[in-house]
Amino acid sequence: MLAMNYRGPFRVRADRNKPYPEILHPGDAIVQVTRSCICGSDLHLYHGLVPDTRVGMTFGHEFTGIVVETGSAVQKLKVGDHVLVPFNIACGMCPFCKQELYGNCHESNPEATAVGGIFGYSHTAGGYDGGQAEYVRVPYADVSPTVIPQGMDLDDAVLLTDVVPTGYQAAEMGGIKKGDTVVVFGAGPIGIMAARCSWLFGAARVIVIDQLDYRLEFAKNYAKCEVYNFRSIGDPVLFLKKQTDYFGADVCIDAVGCEAAGSAMNTLTGRKTLLQAGSTTALFWAINSVKKGGIVSIVGVYGPTWNFVPIGNVVNKGITIRANQASVKRLLPRLIDHVMSGRLNPKEIITHRIPLEEVSDAYHIFSAKRDNCIKPILIPSSAKAA
Amino acid sequence: MENVANVDVQKRTDETYKDIPGWGIDADPENEPTYPMKHYTGDDHQRLHYERPPLQPVDVEVLHSNERPNVTAAFGTVSPPSGLSGMLRRYAFQHSEGSSLHWLPLIMADRINAIEGIVDDLAHGHIPNVFAERGWNAEWKYNRKGLITKIAVTTLVATTVIALLSTKKKKKKRFSF
Ligand SMILES: [Zn+2]
Ligand SMILES: [Zn+2]
Repeated sequence: MLAMNYRGPFRVRADRNKPYPEILHPGDAIVQVTRSCICGSDLHLYHGLVPDTRVGMTFGHEFTGIVVETGSAVQKLKVGDHVLVPFNIACGMCPFCKQELYGNCHESNPEATAVGGIFGYSHTAGGYDGGQAEYVRVPYADVSPTVIPQGMDLDDAVLLTDVVPTGYQAAEMGGIKKGDTVVVFGAGPIGIMAARCSWLFGAARVIVIDQLDYRLEFAKNYAKCEVYNFRSIGDPVLFLKKQTDYFGADVCIDAVGCEAAGSAMNTLTGRKTLLQAGSTTALFWAINSVKKGGIVSIVGVYGPTWNFVPIGNVVNKGITIRANQASVKRLLPRLIDHVMSGRLNPKEIITHRIPLEEVSDAYHIFSAKRDNCIKPILIPSSAKAA
Repeated sequence: MENVANVDVQKRTDETYKDIPGWGIDADPENEPTYPMKHYTGDDHQRLHYERPPLQPVDVEVLHSNERPNVTAAFGTVSPPSGLSGMLRRYAFQHSEGSSLHWLPLIMADRINAIEGIVDDLAHGHIPNVFAERGWNAEWKYNRKGLITKIAVTTLVATTVIALLSTKKKKKKRFSF
């Protein structure tokens, strides 16, 4: 079958000889992919920053598809169901799943205890192939995969697998109160969605910071927020203090993670030489721009161990930090309602529709920020009819 | 982008943000962040005594974190460790997740693995098209000037290096006679 195939940093190709996936566990299903996205966090893999990303893997943790085969224990899903598949692989039985921490499942990733299983996200996240392929193995198919509601656009559905829930949870973890000023670092798909969702919690002012004008322009229009390019405002921390009566924002959201620009030191040690697990510039700004007693919410992806984080300011300012991979299954009922009622229009952020066959170009366009790309989706030609 | 562009938005957010679809609909005064996201059931005190899902048979080599007693009930089997990179990965998994002896060998193994991938391609009679794999067809379309400059600079550096090396060799030869 056709699938994306990782060959090393900055090198991927569309491989026609990838073996068709098999049922390996009674809870598995095989899904024929109808949509898959490239995510900003796939770029960390693509750039070679996530440890244990092995050659031959297929990426893709955001996808929808049609169930074509089910394991003996699968009861809720049946062949022919068109499902959206949350990026977290969750067993539904371990103590963490029982507490709705589906992003922290204890039975889906043998390689690490600090992160749960994720489709197509290196062996550090369980060594599963992802959905940038014609077919994909979906473990624990009865737990998270959700039948796409009647009348929902597939483009909306595929964004409910990660982008919308992660953006929403970023805002939720911020504990936003009516009247709050929220600052979002990063105008990628997640940052844009976090900004949009901040209004749902009653924010009175939403500010987005990034370095690319085209992304800021998009964020301003889609999320109806204020935007600033940190290349033109001087010190972003000082700028944000002035914007908030020298108090600081009520809530800061880090939607950037380990590839943040803006600090030469962090770029050198975190991105170029990997002496720390990625650059922490966005988190640094978030901690220093939030008010005393404020809340910093982190959904940007960071690698394990070692980072330069201003922890002293966290202590002295009494900051609450909340962070997690989104618990997609927990949030889906609410978010499906928001999409069906028109309060959220996720598909508007899709800027590129690229055949799976051209996956190398798709990765390059997204990674190099060519052609004003915000969010690319891949469509296997075998799924065009669906 | 000049920040002037924000004036409209600023006015709107100050006065009429309530016209944004769904404004405040999910506001929850109880969400004062201590730990409300967790649906607390006490299950994490069950420790190892919870009912586990059925276990996937382990018929490939699966490395597991030494911070857990076993392999998880399900796991991926995509690229089992092999070759030199595999040896490094096995070494890495002898150390806990917080240790640099875990992560640095894994990063190094990834780099070696990329070379192994090229060797493997060649062994299967496939010459990897690195130009296409790097997405430079798209670069040609959207950033032709940049790509040409990049290729010119790389060629210049490469020819200079080769020229320098070959003069060194010639000199060596002269001395050896
Ligand atoms: Zn994603
Ligand atoms: Zn679980």
